[in-house]
Amino acid sequence: MTQLHLCLLISSALFCIGLAGALARSNTILVLLGIELMLNAANLNFIAFWRFGPSPAHATGVIFVIFSIAIAAAEAAVGLALIISLYRHQRNIRLQDAVRLKG
Amino acid sequence: MVLPVQSVWLIPALPLLAAGIGALTPRGGRALAAGSAILAMAGAFVLACLALNGSLNSAAPLGSVHAVHNFDWFDLGHGAVRLGWLLDPLAAFMCVMVTFVGLLIFIFSLGYMEPDANFTRFFCFLSLFAAAMLGLLVANSLLLLFICWELVGLASYLLIGFWFHKPAAAAAAKKAFITTRIGDLGLLLGLLWLYDSTGSLLFYDGGAGVLESAALAGLAGHLLAGGLAASTAIGLLIFCGAAGKSGQFPLHVWLPDAMEGPTPVSALIHAATMVAAGVFLVARVYPLMSADTLLAAVPVHALTVVAFIGAITALLGALIACGQSDIKRVLAFSTVSQLGYMMLALGVGSWTAAIFHLLTHAFFKALLFLGAGSVIHAAHHEQDIRSLGGLRPRMKVTFATFALGMMALAGVPFLFSGFWSKEAILHAAHEWDVSQLPLYAGLLAVVLTAFYMTRLVAETFLGQPRTAPAAQAQENSAVMTVPLILLAVGAVLLGFIGTPACPWLQARLSGEPLHSSMGNFFAGGGLMFLSIVLVGAGLGAGWWLYGRQLRATAEARDPLVVASPTVMAALANRLGFDELYAATVGRLNTLTAALADGLDRWVFGGFINFLGMLGVFSGMVNRQVDEDTLNHGFDSVSESIRGSGRRYSRAQTGEAHGYLRVIAIAFVVLAFVLVLGGVR
Amino acid sequence: MTAILAFIALVMLGSAAAAMISRNLVHSALLLALSWLGTAGFYLWAGADFAAFAQVIVYVGAVSMVVLFAVLLTRQNPVGDVLVEPASRKRSTAALSVGACVAAVLSAAVMSSSFPPASVAAPTATVKQIGLELMGPYGAALLIVGVLLTVALLGAIVLAASEPERNPEDAP
Repeated sequence: MTQLHLCLLISSALFCIGLAGALARSNTILVLLGIELMLNAANLNFIAFWRFGPSPAHATGVIFVIFSIAIAAAEAAVGLALIISLYRHQRNIRLQDAVRLKG
Repeated sequence: MVLPVQSVWLIPALPLLAAGIGALTPRGGRALAAGSAILAMAGAFVLACLALNGSLNSAAPLGSVHAVHNFDWFDLGHGAVRLGWLLDPLAAFMCVMVTFVGLLIFIFSLGYMEPDANFTRFFCFLSLFAAAMLGLLVANSLLLLFICWELVGLASYLLIGFWFHKPAAAAAAKKAFITTRIGDLGLLLGLLWLYDSTGSLLFYDGGAGVLESAALAGLAGHLLAGGLAASTAIGLLIFCGAAGKSGQFPLHVWLPDAMEGPTPVSALIHAATMVAAGVFLVARVYPLMSADTLLAAVPVHALTVVAFIGAITALLGALIACGQSDIKRVLAFSTVSQLGYMMLALGVGSWTAAIFHLLTHAFFKALLFLGAGSVIHAAHHEQDIRSLGGLRPRMKVTFATFALGMMALAGVPFLFSGFWSKEAILHAAHEWDVSQLPLYAGLLAVVLTAFYMTRLVAETFLGQPRTAPAAQAQENSAVMTVPLILLAVGAVLLGFIGTPACPWLQARLSGEPLHSSMGNFFAGGGLMFLSIVLVGAGLGAGWWLYGRQLRATAEARDPLVVASPTVMAALANRLGFDELYAATVGRLNTLTAALADGLDRWVFGGFINFLGMLGVFSGMVNRQVDEDTLNHGFDSVSESIRGSGRRYSRAQTGEAHGYLRVIAIAFVVLAFVLVLGGVR
Repeated sequence: MTAILAFIALVMLGSAAAAMISRNLVHSALLLALSWLGTAGFYLWAGADFAAFAQVIVYVGAVSMVVLFAVLLTRQNPVGDVLVEPASRKRSTAALSVGACVAAVLSAAVMSSSFPPASVAAPTATVKQIGLELMGPYGAALLIVGVLLTVALLGAIVLAASEPERNPEDAP
């Protein structure tokens, strides 16, 4: 088992913690944070593959992570604005109450 | 300084601009509306003079005097529809005449229309009319000419019906519009036929225009059924439009009625310019009209028809004028008669004589109408000459100028323009080798013209006032008399540009070299002498009947009515043309309408009702079939679709957790499937 | 080397799991900030210094602050701790089982994979190198991300801005 395997296992664990949290919690903020954790796990993978990959000459992995962080920031901003908007509409932020689009 | 042909559109554009200003001016802005109209007209006059200068002094060789400027209007599939401006001596002379006479009439209107509440509207319409008329003159495309032609018709409708609250005026406007429209239909058909045959409507287009030899040869060479040349048919159709506009028999009935409009309108439209448009049109398409003259085999030449229509109109108008007692109607029938002269001249092959007479007639007839307007204005809208009389001492300027105009119209020898232009026409008719009948009609009309004009002047101005309005009449202000004086000068002097000794105008118009010699003057001396004798006879007869023993009261009977009551009643009734049309065309129209109504109501209506019943019946059947058989099927199908939709929609919980869970499980399942499937 | 990694992983995973379990929202947010800090540590460990700084600035600095604001703006009772109900048993069971399944699949996939050997020397990504790449080959992407961020922030403002209540019966 190489260090790369170890890193990937760590990122898998982080991903699954995020996933389980997002599935288990009913507070929308926590769901969003779980999703952020999953995104971070993906970033970990990029860095790991860059660090232990066969051709580390270019900074491709790092660049990718930087863009990913930028998009995550946008996502967090919009997501939290949505949460505030949701709160204004239904006076709580329980995700299972936001079912107005149900078929 | 000259006006290039590219800029010739400025001449109509100026009055059009003034019309726009007039339309936007509120009712109170009299000075603005009238000022802009008169300034625009003056500007157009200056431009027209520049254009004439350029046209006369062009470096082009004689015979190719047409300067054109064509442009694409819009693209139409196979090619562009093209319009253009044309500047030749004909257009230039006409422009100068229209703008000059128009300018004087505009100024006269300042005084005449001063009491009217719709003063600004009047000037707006006048400017619109002038713009359309000038556009017609400089058009190098039959299409553009037709557009302006209809605009002229519209403006004339608006102006005749200017006092539309008078039923007679409204009816006269309608009559003028519809009657001229009958002629215009012919013009439109001719236009379409021409476009169909030649593929162009430009008059002159560097060899490709419809008035140039290639197209003319094709048109004259193409014989229709009955041996008629295509050019003859098209020419006659176009002549229909000209006859309608120029009040030729049998479409002359609208012109006298049009006198219901304000008198400056009568002067501008129905004496000087619009009615001349028909003559101008025939002169413009003269190459087309005369294309068939060299064909011996055709049954009729277009110009022969024109000559005979003109002769009939000249005689008829003069006859009816003798029986009228309304000052403007006498002048109106006189106009009809003079327009007949012009058509006669065109028909016998001397279009230059026609244009010469057109120009001189414009001056002296505008003068006469404005003089009549001056009388009417002074006599508080009393128009019946039997009720006037004795105006000479109180309206000296009006009388003097009116008398000059009367002598010009009557053709008093040597000094007056009408004499020279009429002489040119009679001379041309004499030389016509088809028939001498038009000449005889023309000579007879000469006598009648002198006769009725003498009567008009004697009844209006001489003797004692017969009613109170005539007794109170005062000379009008300078704004009305100065145009009269200017026009009188023109009515006298204009004749000298086309005397037989020195036919400068004719040479300029046709582009041929000028032959001036006193020999020409004496060559036609016999005919001239005859016509002088005839004029003298007419004047003498008029004096004998009306001037010698002046009418004492308004009710006194006319000497001619005493002599021959039935003839004079028929003449006063305009030979019953209106009744004839009412009895024939009108009744035919009513009959057709009744027939169409019956057809609609019973035949078509019954058929439609039957169809409707059929529809109702089949609808009932349809409904039964629908409700009992089809609907059940559709209902069950749609019910099952709805049910399955309901079941599927249950999966759409709207709960984000559920979706996320499904995604995760699907990922796991996918991984298993891939592994089991052997993808590594 | 591996020991450092194990420590970092411990901090990262432990705080993440604690954040997902905690009933107190403020605690959750703070624990998550710790977890993100751990991630940054991992980047440092792997030699991606710039990514680590970006992670600290964006996540630990900005996102956690926004999260805290959201928590405080949306709490039900204005005083005291922001507590949320615990996850229901049924839901947490489902979540844990799904998470375990995914973890099993991922671990199996990772363990059964063999990778080409890593290069001997640790790669370096200096700030200058990253800057050159960002401005060179990735210039267009950088611009697009800039536009995206602008649009997202404007959208967030529009969404979060309080509007006059046009429909009173909508509000409970």
